Amino acid sequence: MFSLNEIKKSLLASAWFMFLTFPIMVIRVNTIENVVEWRWNNLYMVGIGSFALSMVWRYMLKRKERGGKKADNGPSDAKPLAQKILENRKISVPVVVAVCIIVMFFPFVFSMYQTSILITALTYVMLGLGLNIVIGLAGLLDLGYVAFYAVGAYSYALLNYHFGLGFWTVLPIAAGLGAMFGILLGYPVLRLRGDYLAIVTLGFGEIIRLILENWNEFSFGPSGIANIPRPSFFGMNLSVHSATIYTYYIMVGLCIFTIFVVNRLQDSRIGRAWIALREDEIACQAMGIDKAKTKLTAFALGATWAGMAGVLFAAKTTFVNPASFTIWESVIILCVVVLGGMGSVVGVIMGALVLILLPEYLRAFSEYRMLIFGAVLVTMMVFRPGGLITNVRRRYKFEGGEGGGRKE
Amino acid sequence: MEYFLELFFGGLTRGSIYALIALGYTMVYGIIELINFAHGEIYMIGAFIGLIVASVLTLLGLNHIAIIVIASIVAVIYSSAYGFTIEKIAYKPLRNAPRLSALISAIGMSLFLQNYVLIAQTSDFLPFPSLIPDFEFMEPIAHIISSQELVILICTAVVMILLTYLIKFTRTGKAMRATSQDKQMAALVGIDVNRVISVTFVVGSATAALGGVLIASHIGMINFYIGFIAGIKAFVAAVLGGIGSIPGAVLGSFVLGWTESFATGYISSDYEDVFAFLFLVFILIFRPAGILGRSENQKV
Repeated sequence: MFSLNEIKKSLLASAWFMFLTFPIMVIRVNTIENVVEWRWNNLYMVGIGSFALSMVWRYMLKRKERGGKKADNGPSDAKPLAQKILENRKISVPVVVAVCIIVMFFPFVFSMYQTSILITALTYVMLGLGLNIVIGLAGLLDLGYVAFYAVGAYSYALLNYHFGLGFWTVLPIAAGLGAMFGILLGYPVLRLRGDYLAIVTLGFGEIIRLILENWNEFSFGPSGIANIPRPSFFGMNLSVHSATIYTYYIMVGLCIFTIFVVNRLQDSRIGRAWIALREDEIACQAMGIDKAKTKLTAFALGATWAGMAGVLFAAKTTFVNPASFTIWESVIILCVVVLGGMGSVVGVIMGALVLILLPEYLRAFSEYRMLIFGAVLVTMMVFRPGGLITNVRRRYKFEGGEGGGRKE
Repeated sequence: MEYFLELFFGGLTRGSIYALIALGYTMVYGIIELINFAHGEIYMIGAFIGLIVASVLTLLGLNHIAIIVIASIVAVIYSSAYGFTIEKIAYKPLRNAPRLSALISAIGMSLFLQNYVLIAQTSDFLPFPSLIPDFEFMEPIAHIISSQELVILICTAVVMILLTYLIKFTRTGKAMRATSQDKQMAALVGIDVNRVISVTFVVGSATAALGGVLIASHIGMINFYIGFIAGIKAFVAAVLGGIGSIPGAVLGSFVLGWTESFATGYISSDYEDVFAFLFLVFILIFRPAGILGRSENQKV
């Protein structure tokens, strides 16, 4: 790793980065006082930092390539650690039990602030699982998922404002509204493929947000709707502390429900139709699967979860405004799905937890938070493009001589 | 009538800026099938570097024309360097990876660049000095089209001509066209695919940087976030015209610019983005591959 060649390359890289970042890092212009501030310290920091980073980066890339070459030669036994844990029954069952216990007793051990963060993380788990249906299972690149989230949140806010409906009444209504909007979005995009679909869904997300922001009579514009009641416990209203714990358990319940339904959907007829659609549209059509119906179902079902998550979001933060539903939110949910591993439920859960909890715990770095977040995204994708848990296609194998198959 | 002309030229100007950015998007997509989310940030970095250089040169007391020319050149050089570096770090290792992974990498890069400029500079809106002087011969029609708009239009036209020359009549252009048609075959006939991809990124970033400097001079304010919005709009324009096709990107950009301008002028300015997107959906319903897009027949 420390050969002369490597050092020379890293020195060149360092010099390049010093040149590259010179104007932005070194020169700061104050146009009010008309002075130019030269910050040479930054230049030296960039030089040293990039030298070190380039050595490390190149080393890691070489290791990745060596791993890839070994896999090419024979059947790959090298699976990521997480997958090994999952597949080994002896380890996975105690881990699951431990996780369940932690989840059950979390609010009583940790502070309310931590519980609140975990509620947010679980919201994104739900959103990630919903988007997983559209992207991971059906292969439709949806960049406007946040629109359905907004529909759910605003439906609770508005139905509560105008008709005084409670949380539990609105939850199924929002799910239905989400499904309706999902079909509404899905209809014009049936003929589009790939990146055209992406930009149209992105456009839809923006359209919904802009309508919410500008149609003041309907949605009260940028000031949003406040004083949305928290979920009531058999008709009683709770204090903030108890309400948070109550919301946490509702969220856990909803998540378990989501995980259960998504798992069953994956194995159902419609789930297999989605996977077929993702793999090869033409072959899927040739097999007799109704492409339009499958796509619309994917959009509708995916949107249902977003609608329900939206209701919970509104109930938790008691305030909605259009600024929470920008394209960036869609992008974060997309990152959750891809980072965790498309199509795999456990992967999406892990992706959501990592992506939401990481910035929270990076708060110590305050202003460098999003910078590190961006760098982490790039690094994760370069070194693990399949996500944390790659979706292993189900393989059925015969154990020689014994007869009968074993699901892998 | 005058109002119509004013909106017309305003839309043309907007469209030109979108075209400069959309070119980068469409060229990169044509070659490696990647939506380069970080492209908007290149545009923003171009504007920032233009501002920094212009401010330093203003303090040195050069005259306006020299300042804007030097600032543009420096901004273009630096943005090309940024584009080249971004490709090497974030996209090259992912050439054989699933497309969504490269997309996430692009998103991460975009986030990184935004915050890099935010931290290294400032989160405030920085005022950009108006460097394009008002020409006297434009006085009579100044209310329809301003001098700055004229300069933007001329610059864009020159860039388009140069780019067309590059793509159609030079060997590099031929290599770029070949690589975008079929990467493996291009490599087999001896084209250095890595170099071609780098050249594509460099050219795309250069045009975007020029757009950044021009629009910053026109509007007068820049901020670390302008890249994201402009990037999305330019991407819509590229898709509208058919992504992967250079004339398509230009056409789509002008269509988008005019739609926004006329919708803002005649209907309402709050909903201008809504009109742009609705128009896009409308076009895509009738031409699913964009206006000039070639709908590839999928073979089984």
